[in-house]
Amino acid sequence: MSTGYQIVVLGSVVPDPLQTLEPAQTPQGPGLKNELMLPHVLDPWAAHALYEAANLAARTPGSKVTLLSLGPKAKLQQVMMAVGQRVPFELVALDGPAGGFTDPHEVAARLADAVKALPGLDRSRLLLFGGWESASRGAGVTLQLVGERLEIPDQFQGVDQLTPGPDGAFEVLERVEGGRHQVSSCAGAPAVLGWATGSLGEPKNNPQVGMANMRAIMPALQKAAPAPVGTGRVEYLSVAVPRTQRETRIVKDMSPDDVARELVEWIAQD
Amino acid sequence: MATPALKAHPDTLRTLPGDDVRQLMWRFAERYDLQMLVQSARGVARGPVARLVAEGGRNEHEWTARKNELLAHYDASGITAAFMEPEEGGFIAGPKNLALALAAFELAWVDAGAATGALAGFLGLSPIHERGTPEQVRHYMSLAAPAKPGEDRRPWRAAFALTEPIPYVGVDTGMLSGKVSVAEWKEGEEPVLRVEKRGRFITNMGFANFVTAAVDTDDPRIKSSCLVILEETDAGTFDRGTPTKKLVHQLSSTSDPIFSLQVPASRIVGGYTVKDGVIVPRFDHSEVIEAVFRRTRVTVGVMTSAKLLSAIEPVIRYQRGRFRGAEQAAPGSVRYELGIQQREDALHRLVEVWAAGEAGASLGFATARLFDELDPLERRKDAALAAQGISGMKATLKWTKALEQKGLELLELEAHPRGEKQEARIAELRADELVRFALLDAQANVLCPATKLWNTGVGASVMREAVSLMGGYGITEDCPGFLGQKWMDAQLEATYEGPEAVQRRQLSVTMANPLFLAQQKAWVRELRHVAGAHPGTGACALASAMELWLWTYRHLERSTDADGAKLVQSPRQGVTFKLADALGWLMAARSQILDAVVLAEEGAPVLGEAHAGTARFFADLCHVQAARAAGEVGRICAELVHGYNRHPSWDAEGCAACWSASDAEALEGIIPGLAGCTGDVVAEGGHPDKEGPCASCQGISDFRTMRVKIDGCLTGALLAKDRAAEALSKVMIPEALDYPQ
Repeated sequence: MSTGYQIVVLGSVVPDPLQTLEPAQTPQGPGLKNELMLPHVLDPWAAHALYEAANLAARTPGSKVTLLSLGPKAKLQQVMMAVGQRVPFELVALDGPAGGFTDPHEVAARLADAVKALPGLDRSRLLLFGGWESASRGAGVTLQLVGERLEIPDQFQGVDQLTPGPDGAFEVLERVEGGRHQVSSCAGAPAVLGWATGSLGEPKNNPQVGMANMRAIMPALQKAAPAPVGTGRVEYLSVAVPRTQRETRIVKDMSPDDVARELVEWIAQD
Repeated sequence: MATPALKAHPDTLRTLPGDDVRQLMWRFAERYDLQMLVQSARGVARGPVARLVAEGGRNEHEWTARKNELLAHYDASGITAAFMEPEEGGFIAGPKNLALALAAFELAWVDAGAATGALAGFLGLSPIHERGTPEQVRHYMSLAAPAKPGEDRRPWRAAFALTEPIPYVGVDTGMLSGKVSVAEWKEGEEPVLRVEKRGRFITNMGFANFVTAAVDTDDPRIKSSCLVILEETDAGTFDRGTPTKKLVHQLSSTSDPIFSLQVPASRIVGGYTVKDGVIVPRFDHSEVIEAVFRRTRVTVGVMTSAKLLSAIEPVIRYQRGRFRGAEQAAPGSVRYELGIQQREDALHRLVEVWAAGEAGASLGFATARLFDELDPLERRKDAALAAQGISGMKATLKWTKALEQKGLELLELEAHPRGEKQEARIAELRADELVRFALLDAQANVLCPATKLWNTGVGASVMREAVSLMGGYGITEDCPGFLGQKWMDAQLEATYEGPEAVQRRQLSVTMANPLFLAQQKAWVRELRHVAGAHPGTGACALASAMELWLWTYRHLERSTDADGAKLVQSPRQGVTFKLADALGWLMAARSQILDAVVLAEEGAPVLGEAHAGTARFFADLCHVQAARAAGEVGRICAELVHGYNRHPSWDAEGCAACWSASDAEALEGIIPGLAGCTGDVVAEGGHPDKEGPCASCQGISDFRTMRVKIDGCLTGALLAKDRAAEALSKVMIPEALDYPQ
């Protein structure tokens, strides 16, 4: 493939998982207590997708990565200071809420419109990346809905590996039961790929990459269009944390066997 | 907006302050290069550095392979390159004082030894950066820059060798035993120098590839002392020495090296000329180190403040969880939820730790920003001097004096109501870059040693308080946040790069600069203005304390002790050093208030509905700190003003100065309180048990008025502390610390 891929990664911010996440009723509907005051990170599932996208782009000359984020502009800016140093990408920002209670149909509509509006979009080179689920929502439907709105029939979820082949075709490993993968062949773009964890570590910060990215990221944040998505027609009668309270511990030097044993015991209590 | 009202303030701090708050307060909200550096440094600090500390990496003095791995992390994350210009491999253009202070803050949040190790290379490079020839700068900065992608090269590491193993060297940087002489000087060729230097406590020596070493001349063919660059491959002995058995900062490499090397004369930092067969270094060693330490000491001060602020979250978590698991603390009970935070004292003491940390950080970052503004102005000043052909100490001093007059004129004009003519002159003087330089230079000469002295000295004491708030846990290796180690580390920070005595000495000189004193008067007005718009920040109390300090300084300047000896003079450190200490409290509290004002005025768009509570909380911290500072200043000034008057003896002369009890009573009847101005009161021919002041207040009635005013200015300070304490009992904290323990 001579012209490379146009990889659009959908991903937004979520509160740092170490924070105390306490559901609360807000004037805008359900949310988390002090949500906008909490430090945020790029949704870890979307982050996997972004790093895989950058890796694929680096291996496929002519490719370009665009991160499309719908989230509070101020929080996006904070998160970009770290993420922007990891891999080269361009940012398209939509200024709106990014909590776990927004209606995925509304979000998907906004994202799909933003993808269609990307300058020079070439569907024959388009790969739509994202997390197969999210740290703010376990349903994992938004990416699929965006794909449908863009009329992309080839969708893969739980992706751990994408191997480009000749003439734009590629092979995909999707997670299935029992820790195994399903192998699929796709004739080529456009396609939707909802990433699981992939196989790449988190890239180290590189300030040179950061400075190059920031020249485009900061203007993109400045001109982020408002995207006031809501909770749709969904009415939340009550919101509560899971029955089993989270108990965070930091333990040093624990073997994987001991960790597994403790997890099994914990699950068995439920 | 103004700081939210003191009454009816149901809103308070909701979460621990995040980057958005800090970027505003420390003025880098518009600098994404600095924001990225903060994220990078934080990633290294709370990742590999924290893991190494948690795994016991601090328990050995040797420079181990694990410690050495940190260097690669500093390189990869951009910390190493933060000192470089973009054309040298860096990514931050322009002055970098704030950048380095921010990186130091992030690293010291976890381990100040790592911060020192990461930044000591800059100390080694600084002499070259500040005073090197263009060739030296180009050569060594490019060698020290991290490898670019695709480059197969290891960056060179630098060390700075000043301190020597003889008494008092380092304390008095004018003394050196390291020597330089001419080893060989062939006709028409560059001289070869012989350098003999023994260093002590030299950071980075475990791995440095080159060293900038201070040496004195030991040869009539070399005119003065200088700094020379020594490389590990130079002919002779480059012995790294044995590691220092430090109890602190074990993640930096420190040893006592020995150098006996021959180097070309081109290694003299800044170059040299030959005059009448004598090598004349362009800069002697004191000129170089003055330029270096002036900047790097700020980052050290910031490191100690980072420790105090890093202690808040682990202490809150410890306090709240202290009784959980006990039979008497059922889930849902106050004892279970708040733990030790049920007790006012625990909260009040934590508020004091936080307030001191804020004040130190504000002072450090304000000073770093000041140097960022000053650096280019200083270069323009040097260029102006060169253009006018002014050189030599006498001519330069004359030129500086003239500039000082302009600065004083500007401050005088700004202080008073003015008409059109004065406005025009003000505009003219404000537009003069050299006047601006003179004003900032006078500030910097005080703020730099004040940062180093106050942040580290007071910070070390306050850090002890933070450790005590963790109970016995605080002095174990398992203490979350490594608080015990940080307490010890703070003591080193108070010592290295010029111990407290050096900073006090420097302050005792620089605080006497008329330009600084005049600016301080302007700061009193500034704080009074702030107090109007932002009540409850302690600005008024601080302004009163600043006035008292100024009055005391002027008074002592023209006073003598009971034996007639002048009080303000160089050997009288009992006077000048105390004034320097008091000044540190003032400068820190002022910076803190100014930062809180910025948060109050500019934070709303960023913090939204959380703004009012956050601004109120930081204002309350200011009030707490300003009250403490005012108290310290009042105490110190009172001691100085009264302490050198001889106590009356009960002989005939002494008794003659006393009042009778009936006279005192009569005076009190006329003006209540007037009896306090009397000497001792004599009743029935003898002296009763002591009840009041013994000394006469002759000539110091203004002082007494100002002291009383300060007392009044403390109004509300403890209510502020109560509010801040309540906030600490309610603020949301993360479920776990974001680095290992």
